[in-house]
Amino acid sequence: MKQVNRIAEGRLIDRDVPITFTFNGRTLQGFRGDTLASALLANGVKIVGRSFKYGRPRGIIAAGVEEPNAILQVGATPSTQVPNVRATEQALYEGLVCRTTNGWPSLEWDAMAMVGKLAGKMMPPGFYYKTMMYSQPVWHAAERVIRKMAGLGFAPTEPDPEIYDKINRHCDLLIIGAGPAGLAAALTAQPSGARIIIVDENPTPGGWLRFSDDQVDDAPARVWVQATLHALRAAANVEVLLRSTATGLHDGNFVTVVERCRDHLAPTVTQGLARQRMHRIRAREVVLASGAHERPLVYANNDVPGCMLAGAVSVYLKGYGVRPGNALVVATNNDAGYQAAIDWLAAGTGSATVVDARAAPTSSLVTRAESAGVVVIQGAVVVDVVGGASVKAAVVCDFDAQADARLGPVRKLAADVIASSGGYSPVVHLSAHLGHRPVWREDVCGFVPNPDHERLLFAGAVTGEFALGESLEQGAIAAHQALSRLGFDAPKSLAISGSESIGFALQALFQVPHPLPTAKAPPQFVDYQLDVSAAAIEIATREGFESVEHVKRYTALGFGTDQGKLSNVNGVAIAAKALGQSIKETGTTMFRPNYTPVSFGVMAGRDVGEFFEPKRYTAMQPWHEAEGAAFEDVGQWKRPWYFPRGDETLQAAVRRECLAVRQRVGILDASTLGKIDIQGPDAREFLNRIYTNAWLKLAPGKCRYGLMCSEDGMVMDDGVTACLAPNHFLMTTTTGGAARVLQWLELWHQTEWPELKVFFNSVTDHWATITLSGPESRSLLAPLTDIDLSPTDFAFMDWRAGLVCGLPARVFRISFTGELTYEINVNANDGLALWQALMAAGAEVDLTPYGTETMHVLRAEKGFVIVGQDTDGSVTPEDLGMGWAVAKRKKFSFVGQRGMMRADCLRSQRKQFVGLSPLNPSCVLPEGSQIVFARPQSLPADMVGHVTSSYDSPVLGRSFALALVKGGLDRHGEIVEVSVGPDRWEKAELRSPIFYDPEGARQHV
Amino acid sequence: MQRFSAFSLFRHALSHHQNWQRSWRNPEPKKHYDVIIVGGGGHGLATAYYLAKVHNVTNIAVIEKGYLGGGNTGRNTTIVRSNYLWDEAAHLYEHSLKLWETLSTELNYNVMFSQRGVLNLGHTLQDMRDIERRVSANRLNGIDGEVLDASGVKKIVPHIDITSARRYPILGASWQPRGGVARHDAVAWGYARAADALGVDLLQACAVTGFELEGDQLRGVVTDRYGVIHAGRVGCVVAGNSGVLAGYGGFELPIESHPLQALVSEPIKPILNTVVMSNQVHGYVSQSDKGDLVIGAGIDSYTGYGQRGSMPVIEHTLAAMIELFPMFSRVPMNRQWGGIVDTTPDACPIIGKTPVENLYFNCGWGTGGFKATPGSGHVFADCLASDEIPALAKPFALDRFYSGALIDEHGAAGVAH
Repeated sequence: MKQVNRIAEGRLIDRDVPITFTFNGRTLQGFRGDTLASALLANGVKIVGRSFKYGRPRGIIAAGVEEPNAILQVGATPSTQVPNVRATEQALYEGLVCRTTNGWPSLEWDAMAMVGKLAGKMMPPGFYYKTMMYSQPVWHAAERVIRKMAGLGFAPTEPDPEIYDKINRHCDLLIIGAGPAGLAAALTAQPSGARIIIVDENPTPGGWLRFSDDQVDDAPARVWVQATLHALRAAANVEVLLRSTATGLHDGNFVTVVERCRDHLAPTVTQGLARQRMHRIRAREVVLASGAHERPLVYANNDVPGCMLAGAVSVYLKGYGVRPGNALVVATNNDAGYQAAIDWLAAGTGSATVVDARAAPTSSLVTRAESAGVVVIQGAVVVDVVGGASVKAAVVCDFDAQADARLGPVRKLAADVIASSGGYSPVVHLSAHLGHRPVWREDVCGFVPNPDHERLLFAGAVTGEFALGESLEQGAIAAHQALSRLGFDAPKSLAISGSESIGFALQALFQVPHPLPTAKAPPQFVDYQLDVSAAAIEIATREGFESVEHVKRYTALGFGTDQGKLSNVNGVAIAAKALGQSIKETGTTMFRPNYTPVSFGVMAGRDVGEFFEPKRYTAMQPWHEAEGAAFEDVGQWKRPWYFPRGDETLQAAVRRECLAVRQRVGILDASTLGKIDIQGPDAREFLNRIYTNAWLKLAPGKCRYGLMCSEDGMVMDDGVTACLAPNHFLMTTTTGGAARVLQWLELWHQTEWPELKVFFNSVTDHWATITLSGPESRSLLAPLTDIDLSPTDFAFMDWRAGLVCGLPARVFRISFTGELTYEINVNANDGLALWQALMAAGAEVDLTPYGTETMHVLRAEKGFVIVGQDTDGSVTPEDLGMGWAVAKRKKFSFVGQRGMMRADCLRSQRKQFVGLSPLNPSCVLPEGSQIVFARPQSLPADMVGHVTSSYDSPVLGRSFALALVKGGLDRHGEIVEVSVGPDRWEKAELRSPIFYDPEGARQHV
Repeated sequence: MQRFSAFSLFRHALSHHQNWQRSWRNPEPKKHYDVIIVGGGGHGLATAYYLAKVHNVTNIAVIEKGYLGGGNTGRNTTIVRSNYLWDEAAHLYEHSLKLWETLSTELNYNVMFSQRGVLNLGHTLQDMRDIERRVSANRLNGIDGEVLDASGVKKIVPHIDITSARRYPILGASWQPRGGVARHDAVAWGYARAADALGVDLLQACAVTGFELEGDQLRGVVTDRYGVIHAGRVGCVVAGNSGVLAGYGGFELPIESHPLQALVSEPIKPILNTVVMSNQVHGYVSQSDKGDLVIGAGIDSYTGYGQRGSMPVIEHTLAAMIELFPMFSRVPMNRQWGGIVDTTPDACPIIGKTPVENLYFNCGWGTGGFKATPGSGHVFADCLASDEIPALAKPFALDRFYSGALIDEHGAAGVAH
């Protein structure tokens, strides 16, 4: 297809580099520098989508991020699809594949449009609240249809092959927007030496100067822009980020800037190069020079393809050398509209008419337009459009703004493009992300930023100042202010001058009156993407939705991917009129990040896949892997779950490992247990307050088991703490609880007891911990260490320092299996060597590595709890039958004491820790199963507890379980029913939770 | 009240929708009400509706400082489920879920309650124990639910990644088919319209700035717009601002107000037909009828009343989404926002009497309030209508923090506290 609308000019394109792309399967051609939108317009493509609700054909309206209609699916392969790409922002690249996503059977002939035409009247805003409510099945059927019709593009169906980066940065001054004001600010600030970052969403700087004929210092402004860019790029203290959008302003001048590094290139995966990069910028000062968006006038059928923004027409003409038609009608309420007509005729033959709502505009532009051959009709408005799939004519009426907006007789002007300009809306978004409400300015006819910011300044069109000279001046002043606050020297102004500005002389007009009342007139669209018309806004207010937020939520105004960039002000104005109040009183809705949408990928950055969360391994990991261990996730740790030999199942491996420990000796990697080094003259006192039991008398060389409760008296962690020296302790915690416990200690120390001299350090990673457990552990270890292992010199709950296999070690005689156990701690760097040495030394006695599953079985046989598995934040020490670990008469009290003394914590029928023997000894009850005293006759059942741990015990030769059961401590011997599935029950006997070696003889030998 | 139906839509289409009635009046306040509800969110409006409908108490005002449904009602991720662990919570949320199932017809307003099922994923062995325990309890409480393994999850959510290549592979899930999502605004508007039709005065843009007290008896509320308005009883349903209002009454609540954030993607064609929640890989997601992926983030750890949170929470949440659904990486995120959640030590609400006579509170719903809207309103209306606190609400009395009879639902709250 020929580029039928391509003309001679085009500042941004390179005609020497043609680019081929496909649109809905058609192969088309554009040039390097084109956006997808300009290339489509060049090829005469008019319809680029179907509307969401009524299936109406839609064309390209704008030339920038505010585009609501040209939302395309881009991507050639299932993994590189990008949904909802604004064609106006997408650079054309060779081989680009894009398509529209609505319209069946085709974009041009859409069945939905028929439905929209026939039933559209029955779909006012909120129609779904009013119907389809009769029963759940009816609604579900309707919902399926609605869902299919809704939505824009398609998500990829395969994982993203590209990567994303993040970078944290600091600067003195962040300038958002590289239009005239932003560039002037940067130029002013540069010599000060301050660290400056200037960002702009476009691939080239200059903002609107790129498309204007303005002059700076009597030369084309574009020349100044290029010179400024070179100067800034050459300066060491300035970084210019293009294709980079400031998407959000957060507390403390934290600005997220998304740089689209490779979206303008074909998505080829190049090692190490990110598709997009998020700059997380902490700026001491920010200058927001974000410009303004032109807004359309709201007239009937203003969505027919061919209706555009006046400014966009100029952009396509001058920037891309595209003239999307022959006969142009401009509808305007200000001077800016004339420029499009002048540019149109400058681009070749054709006709251009300006329909100006103002009765007698005085601008020099008007005369310029007339002398260029533009037909000017003043005191008139475009009220309607003739044409379905494309504009055929504009319907024009005389209009008297003074006389109650009275309309004169209707006439038609042939046209294939209708461009409208309703004024400019400052891009206030970022200024409002922290909750500052923008301020309505009647003279600007737009919302401007709330000035009430501490470290945020504004310059240029965002302030409502649209003239070039003043914008440059404002940029300089803002830079000066920002830098002087930071103690830098910067001039107050730049010695440059902008060409004289023509001003806009805007006459407020939002919704153009129609000969018919709004409700009966053809739809006058305000929000194109969501098919929200002026009539819809009126209906909402009529139905009592009076807050601007209610209007938004009821009509969906501004809910689209453009977040109301074109529609916000028009919508507010129409609502205000309908409510009989001012726009100022009506206000705007909230602005929230993101300014323009941002891929999930760049928000996540590198924290995906294997970097989603760190994996923590112990020093012995290489050995575990080599031995084919199966792993379990415990917190961030990967722990060996069991060590299968050959094709052993979990059950078989655990059985073998259990028996090895009970009969000979096993070896466990216990390095993941949390370890906190506690030092200071008040360390002992601190322990006494944080643990439930007593710590004042624990001597160096001794260890003690401790229970930790939260304020409410519920068990939150446990572990053994060793006294290393009078003021020095080593606390161990559960694997998953290590970080939480350290925070807990710091919380109490820092907020409640800052007077205590005590310090905490996490040393979990510093030590490798290897547990030798089993009756033969002593005989295995004795020849390998210089520590005297005789039971009298090194008793249960003692610890000793010495050498093990020649490595400096701390050895603890504590036991989680109930067997004679030595827990050997060495420098983590020595962990693997020690493990290997022990395995070699233990080969004769078949020293058996065991994993967490075996550890769980062995400790359960002994009735030792695992906090978090056998407890759940509702269990007191008394409930666990561990009242012995609570010293109730401490001098200072302890955390949890008052909590556990509350009435409900003292009553007898609390859920308490018991053992369970299933009557069927081969039945392993599912962990989590609920327990009742008697099978229920009806639901809800009276549940009295649940199974917390449940295993098959090789040494007992039967299954067993641990549970929390109402009044369980006094119910040993009773039979309960356990719900093991829908209508499936097992009987079990309540008993002591200690199933094996109740006297504890084996660990004391 | 003008009835809504397909026929009424047709009829009004003929008159160009110019004759629809207001959904609710903009009344001038009376000097005295039998009951004043402070807070015009879903819970407050539901309370007013049930007071009028069930208890025939119609001399009621709902006072809202902003616009109806503008707080957490209009900011949540709209998930509805009742698969809570403890009996007390499960019964309350199940009561609510049953009301949800007929709510659209009850209110003559389609709240778009879509029972598309809720998955709570398990990623560790302990997750799976907890899921087994919760589903077992649900089953015996008469609440639907089952335990799925990873392949069962994949059947329901074909695009989820259940491979062991993930950092925390999915081991299984609990599945509650009756759970789902609803249109949050519609819930507030439906209750408001129905309450208004029963004579309830809805006073918007009117803030309560104090209580009118006589000794320890409450006589009314002080407002910024209308001065003192007297009331026989006052029920406060103000979520994140509960602590502030309790202060007016001279007492404290065991509540911390935190920011909680959510976000939406741009609308895409249907890709996810159910609700997926994960605690370990932290985040939850469903797809709205409009096509947006609606994603809930974690709670910010600091306290505050600003309706916005911190950036890292959003970043982590989207990383979690990609961990669950790697193909979402190129989907664009559109908008993020925040609300203020009122969290209690046991992640369960506080419903009932306060130290001030005639003053009742319904608060502390934390991250789980939306799903409870009908049930909460229903039982709170019971509280306000009589001296008797209903059985469903009793366990949630404020004095449980003194007695220690807590209901620890942290595990089931869906968001790590």
